[in-house]
Amino acid sequence: MRSLDKEAIENLSVGAAILGTGGGGDPYIGKLTAIQALEEGYEINIVDVKDVPKDALVIPSAGMGTPTVIVEKLPRGTEIINAFRALGEYLGKEVFATMPIEAGGLNSTFPLAVGAKMGIPIVDADGMGRAFPELQMTTFHINGVPVTPMALADERDNIVLLNTCDNYWAEWIARDITIRFGGTAWIALYPMTGKELRKAAIPGTLTLAERLGEAVREAREKKENPIDAVLNASKGFELFKGKVVDVERRTTGGFARGVVKIEGFGEYSDNILEVHIQNENLVAIKNGDVLASVPDLITILDLETAVPITTESVKYGQRCFVIGIPCSEMWRTERGLEVAGPKYFGYNVEYKPIEKIMGEV
Amino acid sequence: MSYRIGIDVGGTNTDAVIVDKENRVVAKIKVATTEDVTTGILNALDGVLKESDVDVAEIKYAMLGTTHCTNAIVERKNLAKVGIIRIGKPATLSIKPLISWPEDLVNAIGGYMHIIAGGHEYDGRELSKLNEDEVRKALRDLKEKGVEALAISAVFSPVNNEHEMRVAEIAREILGDIPITLSHEIGSIGLLERENAAVINAAVVKVAKTAIKSFENALKEKGVEAKLYITQNDGTLMSAEYALKYPVLTIASGPANSLRGAAFLSGLKDGIVVDIGGTTTDIGVLVNGFPRESSVAVEIGDVRTNFRMPDLVSIGLGGGSLVKFENGVKVGPESVGYRLEKEALVFGGDKLTATDIAVYLKRVELGDPSRLRNLNDKLVEKASERMKTMVEEAIDRMKTSPDPVPVILVGGGSILLPGNLKGASKVIKPKNFEVANAIGAAIAQVSGEIDKVFSLEERGREEVLREAKEIAVEEAIKAGADPNTVEIVDVDEIPLAYLPGNAIRIRAKAAGYLKIL
Repeated sequence: MRSLDKEAIENLSVGAAILGTGGGGDPYIGKLTAIQALEEGYEINIVDVKDVPKDALVIPSAGMGTPTVIVEKLPRGTEIINAFRALGEYLGKEVFATMPIEAGGLNSTFPLAVGAKMGIPIVDADGMGRAFPELQMTTFHINGVPVTPMALADERDNIVLLNTCDNYWAEWIARDITIRFGGTAWIALYPMTGKELRKAAIPGTLTLAERLGEAVREAREKKENPIDAVLNASKGFELFKGKVVDVERRTTGGFARGVVKIEGFGEYSDNILEVHIQNENLVAIKNGDVLASVPDLITILDLETAVPITTESVKYGQRCFVIGIPCSEMWRTERGLEVAGPKYFGYNVEYKPIEKIMGEV
Repeated sequence: MSYRIGIDVGGTNTDAVIVDKENRVVAKIKVATTEDVTTGILNALDGVLKESDVDVAEIKYAMLGTTHCTNAIVERKNLAKVGIIRIGKPATLSIKPLISWPEDLVNAIGGYMHIIAGGHEYDGRELSKLNEDEVRKALRDLKEKGVEALAISAVFSPVNNEHEMRVAEIAREILGDIPITLSHEIGSIGLLERENAAVINAAVVKVAKTAIKSFENALKEKGVEAKLYITQNDGTLMSAEYALKYPVLTIASGPANSLRGAAFLSGLKDGIVVDIGGTTTDIGVLVNGFPRESSVAVEIGDVRTNFRMPDLVSIGLGGGSLVKFENGVKVGPESVGYRLEKEALVFGGDKLTATDIAVYLKRVELGDPSRLRNLNDKLVEKASERMKTMVEEAIDRMKTSPDPVPVILVGGGSILLPGNLKGASKVIKPKNFEVANAIGAAIAQVSGEIDKVFSLEERGREEVLREAKEIAVEEAIKAGADPNTVEIVDVDEIPLAYLPGNAIRIRAKAAGYLKIL
């Protein structure tokens, strides 16, 4: 077990933005709840997956709803704790630890303050290794852990316990409750034992985010190349370097889809990289060949600062570099690709692990 | 004949012009910006009056663009002790106001705060009831703490401002006549950023007051009985009274003035404006004659805010930029600034500056060119190419497509650049380019604005839009615009994402010329 200080939290949130692959929301708000918890004297402790007893109960925690509301109606801080208590009571067991469901974006940092205030550790793991838009897009789901029983709570002490027939229903009903709560719900979900955790969670992702953030910060301070720092820390691949020359957005079948066109420079001169986006960056195609596709991580970063460029903020003229990071092996199974492979997002692309593609190039 | 004075404070120089009724420049001057800012303004006023033979009695308007507020925040000087009331309990408690602020800035403003019950949901329902006893208790505590200004924020106040308004009423009773800033009047959705903007605004009211008073006094001393306007960062004017309420809107008014001045001088409504000063270059975009606004959170003095700001990129290139030939060539960001006329080679100094390069290339005649004989064509070409590339890359960043656009060069440092730039359909260096910012201030229009969330449940989009536009026009007329010249200059619709209930946020702005006295 180790504790996080303010600097570690700052680093983690920078790294979480990179793991957000262009989506997942800004880790900023969650970071501030963690910093306030520290200032109030709470401790934020991180525990490795292997140190969680096999019979112990672990309950991930998250915020759910629209980012517009989350940045306006900030959490009270007791919501998830209420949800936790309700779920713990229902299950008749003490909760040993919490953890994020996603290591990228907004939800990566919220569990820190939750663990701190409940006096329980946060498991160094998550269920995505990145960010995804739906509750069932987790390695928990593909390994057979049900989303429910889950608890949803708001700042008025409303608490809803939910038991559904499957994980898709959970997502669907939870969305409606979120609207009644005023656009956001704070949730405790996917309760699992230490044994299930070992099988279904992606270990080490909080540490990975922290390392990533640290590498970027150090590179900035030493005025070194942040690209190398990011690649070293993430075991990722440099896919491209260039300037955004076009961003095309359209809405088809309820999906906001788009294509970002990047014109290469330096060694990439005369090449074009297309990054297909929805909430996240999903497929990267260079001169007609797929370089990387979801569930592998594709992140576009500012060339000078290595600040990740989100799918909402990407625009003409930005100088950027594009990296690909291998996803968890769990995503590469048949079941994993069914839940979050390129076909699920509507792309007619056969998934190939990024290491393989880059090895061939 | 009636005249107007425009003064604009830049990082290196303070510029002033006098224009006549037809907006013709009858006098102009550039003086060094001083550390206290005010002295520079008074020197410029003095200078421009001496330059012209205009009868001071005929000067009817004075427009001032100043950096007092920006400097106060950046230097953490002369800030007011601010009390903060956030209305949003039980929500929001997990992130208190000011938590992300730098410590020295928190110390400078005191950081006294209360989070009380109230606020609304995204659809306008009450989040919780306002408890007036709690309000009074919090305000009395702030009074005891001796706060000099008050900032009030409430959850979803851009959707429903009732609670902010009510607390302000009670605050008037308890705290008396101190500056009160309501967050919904300044920022948009995003509680922390809007609250930050409100707190910063409250903190600089005092500075703005002193600055405006000393300018008014100086005008009086010179016998100028002009109506005073302050320029704001959308390139339009606010009355001195309004500026005292929303001083934060003066931040980045300088670049906005340059953009407006460039539009006026070139006659173009759309294009990219490159304003090269003594130390930095600001590149902005003109859309329909006004500065394009930034769409991302803007940091002021290391604090995240979300109020309106012009979309700008700044690069470290100016007339005083140092040129060094180490590992190739380096121009800026180091600069001799206002000491250019002492330290540049052509002026007898020993520092090679961007201005020296321009003189060598005969882009301008200044000082003594013979002092540049140690330079050679190759080195100068390298430095010139570097300056050109710096600006071209920044221009490209500001474009929305690869199509070439007109580029207008203004500011004293415009002499640095050649007559052609990559990505530009044409490069225009208009007459009086060096005082475009002061001209922008002098010819500025007055505007009215509305930024509100409307429900489309009972009314159609067209009707709501029409109402928003009407309100904007009324506001402009109230602010002093000639009704015959007022037009809508900007309308922006933002559907609130992922929410049912069909809410839409509309921002509309109208602007018109001042009624000529």
